Amino acid sequence: MPSIATVAEDKSPAARSDERAGKYLVFHLGHEEFGIRVLKVREIMGVQDITAVPQTPAHVKGVINLRGKVIPVVDLRLKFGLPEQEYTQRTCIIVVQVQGEATSMLMGIVVDGVAEVLNLAAADIEDTPDFGKGVATPYLLGMAKIKGKVKILLDIDQVMTSQELHGLDTLMQ
Amino acid sequence: MSDTFDQSATDLPLSESLDQFATRLLVEGAGGQLAADLERWSERAAASVSPQLARLAAELAETAHTAGEGAEDCLRAGIARLQQELAAETQPTSPPVPNSLAQDPELIGDFILESREHLASIESQVLVLEQNPADLEAIHSVFRGFHTIKGLAGFLDLPVIQEVAHEVESLLDQARNGKLALTPAVVDVVLEGADYLKNAVSAVEASLTGKVPPPVAAHQDLVARIHRAAAGESVAAEGPDETAAAPQPTSSASQSPQGNKAAGTFSVRVETGKLDYLMDMVGEMVIAQSLIRHNPALGSIRDARLQADLAQLARSTGEVQRTAMGMRMIPIGQLFQRTARLVRDLARKLGRPVELETRGEETELDKTIAEELADPLLHMVRNSIDHGIEPPEVRAAAGKNPTARVRLAAYHQGGQIVVEIADDGRGLDREKILAKARERGLIEPGAQLSENEIFHLIFEPGFSTADRITDISGRGVGMDVVRRQVQKLRGRIEVQSKAGEGSAFFLKVPLTLAIIEGLVVMVGVHRYIVPIFAVREMFRLAPGAVSGIPGGEEMVLVRGCLLPLVRLYRRFGVQPRSEDPYESLLVVAECEGKQFCLLVDELAGKQEVVIKSLGESLKNIPGIAGGAILGDGRVGLILDVDGVFRGDRRE
Repeated sequence: MPSIATVAEDKSPAARSDERAGKYLVFHLGHEEFGIRVLKVREIMGVQDITAVPQTPAHVKGVINLRGKVIPVVDLRLKFGLPEQEYTQRTCIIVVQVQGEATSMLMGIVVDGVAEVLNLAAADIEDTPDFGKGVATPYLLGMAKIKGKVKILLDIDQVMTSQELHGLDTLMQ
Repeated sequence: MSDTFDQSATDLPLSESLDQFATRLLVEGAGGQLAADLERWSERAAASVSPQLARLAAELAETAHTAGEGAEDCLRAGIARLQQELAAETQPTSPPVPNSLAQDPELIGDFILESREHLASIESQVLVLEQNPADLEAIHSVFRGFHTIKGLAGFLDLPVIQEVAHEVESLLDQARNGKLALTPAVVDVVLEGADYLKNAVSAVEASLTGKVPPPVAAHQDLVARIHRAAAGESVAAEGPDETAAAPQPTSSASQSPQGNKAAGTFSVRVETGKLDYLMDMVGEMVIAQSLIRHNPALGSIRDARLQADLAQLARSTGEVQRTAMGMRMIPIGQLFQRTARLVRDLARKLGRPVELETRGEETELDKTIAEELADPLLHMVRNSIDHGIEPPEVRAAAGKNPTARVRLAAYHQGGQIVVEIADDGRGLDREKILAKARERGLIEPGAQLSENEIFHLIFEPGFSTADRITDISGRGVGMDVVRRQVQKLRGRIEVQSKAGEGSAFFLKVPLTLAIIEGLVVMVGVHRYIVPIFAVREMFRLAPGAVSGIPGGEEMVLVRGCLLPLVRLYRRFGVQPRSEDPYESLLVVAECEGKQFCLLVDELAGKQEVVIKSLGESLKNIPGIAGGAILGDGRVGLILDVDGVFRGDRRE
């Protein structure tokens, strides 16, 4: 018995995988598929009129009226440094609950399209590979491999609250 | 009615029933249902606590039945004994007695809220009492307040609070029975007790939230003073000259109906979050209603019934919206009550008799504004009494009534609430203010100032004309804080003063911070809302009115004044309909006393909008104060006019 316990402790990445297991909403962005925890998602809506807010970074598309509340909307393509694209019928706004430093807030993220909800087991999830160059990628929870396709699992809190996202360009190529 | 009393008495915990009996004894006397209730209580006690308690209660019930002369005192003592016995009985045996605050934070939270309410009402009622020591209703009300706090504190195991409340209660009990005259000295002690409890409650709150509790002075000293007041005054009861010697602040009778009214209305405490959500949803409902009503498809239907129903829907939604907005409103009277206490204390301290007159206590304003207004109001009243009002000798010499008057009034005027603080003191001294301002370098030596401008100098930081610094005021902090606070509320201060006759200050603030009236302006496809309080005028430019100066700045000649021009589209980096200023609309805006011109494409309308935050991540955008949902359900941005102006300078 004690030997099993020590084995489990040694495999700390596996232990972390356990926390990461669960349901993820998968969406498209360019050629890649990303996943965010379903628990973070409040709702999904089609693109509607977004009121632009001056003097904000390009990825902040503006604000929308979510049933009487004004919430900011971020274009995830621009946030990740991908080229801008015309919004289509498939373009969606995913409303997520983001935990900031002090408060929790609602935010919309514009994505190319929503694919599915996946139930990921711990075994499906791998740690983010080391990209070298001392690049820290705290906004990545890990990688999920499903039927030979890789889905990038995002920590949406980190994505929305950090100013610069390093290393993602490497990943997207 | 007695039915409901019975019901609640049976359901309440034993100790609370006792508290209720004690209160009923006060209110209703020994007769009525009390005997029967005591019997029932005795049965319950026998079943759940101890036979000894039950026996005591049964004896009391017997006394209540026979209810002769003096039964009331007997019963009161008996109930007090029962309370003690019960406390002693339940303390060691029942395990879940919360002796650590953390054990039931919710209960403690309720206690804090409730105690504060009681303390506030105690304060106002004590002041009523001081005017009219025979007002039994007021004595009862104060007594009940302390009594409830004592009971709650005992229940939550807060012995210090319990003890102080108990001592004050005993003191009041004597007063109630006519054994003690309610002299100002006694009132002082009662108020002191209330203050002590206030601090103690704050300390409890601090330790509940994990903060370091502020130090609370030892209570033994206070308790000793209460004892002295109780003993000393009952001896000196035949020589009431002490009362006559102390200058007696008087307060107009308008206070007591306010107190009674507050006691008569029932209220429910609601989380502000829920109210905000309700406001959001009502806003959406109004928009949906308006979208339906203006839907062109509906316009083609010629059906009288449908049109009538739609009109009814519009009326109802409008009414719901007004009601929802009104829920945040509280009468300003609560604010005035706090001031009454201050006036009393100051008047006594300075030896200047002051009569406080309050008007318009029922005037309603947003709770947040009322809270933000509390400090400025106290400052102004303090200033009025300390600087404005002369000592009684001086007043008498000038042929004025030695008792000064301070008037607090509140009323609505043009969508704003006006709070007036007026005194009949010496008035503002123009020359003294001017001299002081020159000395401080606030104005140029030769400057010509209007009377109004001179009076407004007193709101400059560090300005004080007081010759001496007291612990009340005169340090020159205060008035500038007052002005800043009022401006933060999007309000302003007006001053009227006449030498020798007194001065009046008018604080004009909006009724609510939640709603703003604004002009909806267009720049290209974008809609912005300019708060109307910042707009002076607007017009189309006459040809040649704009002149450029080197460096890219532009000026406009408006009514003989050269004002800087800010092109909103440049400032915000958006595409306008036209870059030609002569095809655009000019809005003359004012911020912090400076005027400038804002160039926009056109005016789309005037609208009242509910201000919404853009959220944590977008909260500090220069030039943008917030968002608002417009009639079509889309978001418009509210301009921070000051930010637009300053931002332009910076670039």
